Amino acid sequence: MSDHADGHGDQHYIKIWGWLLLLLAISFVGPELNTRLELDSRALVLLTAFGIAIVKAYMVAVHFMHINLTPRFVIYTVSTTLVFMLLFFAGAAPDVMKERGTNWIKPAWIEAEADYAAKKAAGIKVSGLPGHGDHADDHGEAADDAH
Amino acid sequence: MSARPIATTRSAAGITTPRLAVWWVIASEIVIFGGVLGSYIMHRLAHGIWEAEGYAASTNPYIGLFNTLVLLTSSLAAVLAHQAAERGDGKRAANLLYATCGGGAIFLAVKAFEWTTEISHGMTITLNTFWSFYYTAAGIHAAHVIAGCIIMLFVAQTAKRNQELHRVEIIGVYWHFVDIVWIFLFPLLYIAK
Repeated sequence: MSDHADGHGDQHYIKIWGWLLLLLAISFVGPELNTRLELDSRALVLLTAFGIAIVKAYMVAVHFMHINLTPRFVIYTVSTTLVFMLLFFAGAAPDVMKERGTNWIKPAWIEAEADYAAKKAAGIKVSGLPGHGDHADDHGEAADDAH
Repeated sequence: MSARPIATTRSAAGITTPRLAVWWVIASEIVIFGGVLGSYIMHRLAHGIWEAEGYAASTNPYIGLFNTLVLLTSSLAAVLAHQAAERGDGKRAANLLYATCGGGAIFLAVKAFEWTTEISHGMTITLNTFWSFYYTAAGIHAAHVIAGCIIMLFVAQTAKRNQELHRVEIIGVYWHFVDIVWIFLFPLLYIAK
């Protein structure tokens, strides 16, 4: 049996659940308002969708998983894996997110982006970039139907 | 013949073996989901076409919202099951675990309906990079929901007989982690357009 009788009754957990639902509603309404009212506010989406997601995850970890009552090394272990995730992101992102570096270039990407921009400017509907691992050419009709 | 000793506590770590194990599982799961979500984020930030063509806008946010509601509610049932187990009420703990499982089943049924609709509209895993990530991330998550439900049914069986009640907490911790993963998948795949 657990060694962390936290002394909370069922009501406490129902209250936390209520807060989680309230936060869920806010995280849904924020981006929806941004789309419907055409606010085009990246900050609103980031704050309501992802900011609140972090708060919700924290609440679940602390109140439901009782991570704060586990030995400290468990928290360090879990935190270390999160750091590894960030290291992976930092290591892979330059290769994925940039189209050119000091000694390398992605000609197919640059060409595809230019082609895409030209088609957009000409008002031609484009459903994918061949250089980006997209296969819209193979599934053109399906993609058009889907959108 | 002497019985083989089984380690149930780790005195050096100050934690029971099952709890230590589940936290190790979670630590390794963070790397798995973190890799997928990290890759998704860097691709999405790099490829403006995803937003320009409204790929993410093709997913149904109301379905995502409903499934989030279901998983959060099932997490409540899991933590209440843990509380019941703490009080030694195995029968109530088992019933709450069944309720948690029910939440998982509803989640999977909705997901199946959603995927069927999307695939029938041509949004397959090979359509473009967004949909590849969508099916991979949601698919891995769904596999964890299925695994959690199966294990939970076994735990509920013993809990009903007031046996091995410590397992209720362990499966609960796993289930809450699955819930946390979905908390991040929901904005990434459904509402950030």
